[in-house]
Amino acid sequence: MIADLSALWAAVPQVLEGLGITVLLTVCGAILAFAIAVALGLLARSRAVLVRGLARVVIEFFRGTSLVVQLFLFFFVLPQIGLSMPPIVAGVIALGLNYGAYGAEVVRGSIAAVPTGQWEASTALSLSPVHRMRRIIIPQAWALMIPSLNNLLIQLLKGTAIVGFITLFDLTVALDKLRIATDVFFAYGVGLLLYFVLAYILTLGMNALEVRAKHRLGQGESLREALSFRSPVPEDGVAQGRAAT
Amino acid sequence: MSGLSWNWQHVWDSLPSLLEGFFTVTLVVTVVSSIIAAVLGLVFAILRRSAPAPIAAAVTFVVNFIRMTPIVVQLLFVYFTLVALDPLTIGIIVFGVHYATYMAEVYRAGIDSVPRGQWEATTALSMSRGRAWRAVIIPQAVRATLPALGNYVISMFKDTPFLIAITIPEMVSNALDYGGDHFRYTEVIVLAGVIFLLASYPTSLLIRRLEQRIAFTT
Repeated sequence: MIADLSALWAAVPQVLEGLGITVLLTVCGAILAFAIAVALGLLARSRAVLVRGLARVVIEFFRGTSLVVQLFLFFFVLPQIGLSMPPIVAGVIALGLNYGAYGAEVVRGSIAAVPTGQWEASTALSLSPVHRMRRIIIPQAWALMIPSLNNLLIQLLKGTAIVGFITLFDLTVALDKLRIATDVFFAYGVGLLLYFVLAYILTLGMNALEVRAKHRLGQGESLREALSFRSPVPEDGVAQGRAAT
Repeated sequence: MSGLSWNWQHVWDSLPSLLEGFFTVTLVVTVVSSIIAAVLGLVFAILRRSAPAPIAAAVTFVVNFIRMTPIVVQLLFVYFTLVALDPLTIGIIVFGVHYATYMAEVYRAGIDSVPRGQWEATTALSMSRGRAWRAVIIPQAVRATLPALGNYVISMFKDTPFLIAITIPEMVSNALDYGGDHFRYTEVIVLAGVIFLLASYPTSLLIRRLEQRIAFTT
């Protein structure tokens, strides 16, 4: 154990380097995936059959073929038709397109799940289509889509573990080095724990976003209230004071 | 190299080895692991609901831990730990257990959706707890969960190339081998993608229909 710890200490720079690549891929992949999800999700609701059909083809293609196949498509195939890119870019694009296609279904479904009365009310108030989307529909759909987006975000983080296939030095590859320096249980124990902590941090962040989104719809407490330390049983005067304001 | 060219010869030459990987690994893992996941997931869900609190808490933690860590790392971990087992068996076990944790969540939602009155009725009929689960709760809970379980089977199917990490010659790794041998990846990678699409898209359409039928009849 002592020997393991000193080996871990020696391996810290490598593990940190791998962790950095994993985090970079997760963050950039998530940003790209979100942009693609919103764009494809909105296009899939278009009234024009051609636009809707095209969005559906893209969504079904990236949902229906495997993430690994897409990764190899960007890493091996595109250079053969003259589009070379560094492995990290190929990784981000593959993750972004794959999870973006899944996200597009979430965006589309959440917008469709906003009650019809809200659409009718905004028409009755003669809001412009853009205004209606921006002020009425999107804020409600956003609160609905966060839990599913959180699931996808965790999936994306876990999906980054395959980028070793395209020569990237991510956390999983770093663990293999650590395994050789220490032993299997120690190295992968540390690794699984690191991934778990990352996933947990992402979940906490998304939960905070959900609390905020719901508060802005007038449901539930504000993020500041949710995060503040409180005595478990609020004193009467304080509680009533808050309810009154 | 030859720009945007497409050579059908590579498609025909590589097809046998891709199909071999598909039928001997991809399909085998998907089917066997799905069965393991479906059964084990139900066990997890029931344990979380009716086992004594400490056991239920432990199961919940294990399920969340497995669910929130990458299957590739789990594959490597088991691969280097159980060196006596052959990689395919390890792949089947890890996929089965990993997806069981997803399916446990689905079952939990299904079990929660069974109306309280059903539980009360089993008490009124003085059924044993085991009989209540088997004869009343599970049949109703599982029915509602079938589409979600089916979607997880499809997503497991598309995750099978992760088995490359533990050196299993499945379809995509055969495609890479062919590409490496012939310095030509375009056709084989696209072919692998098309095979995935041809298998998964019709299945997902079937599941969507099943979803509508179940929504219609309940």
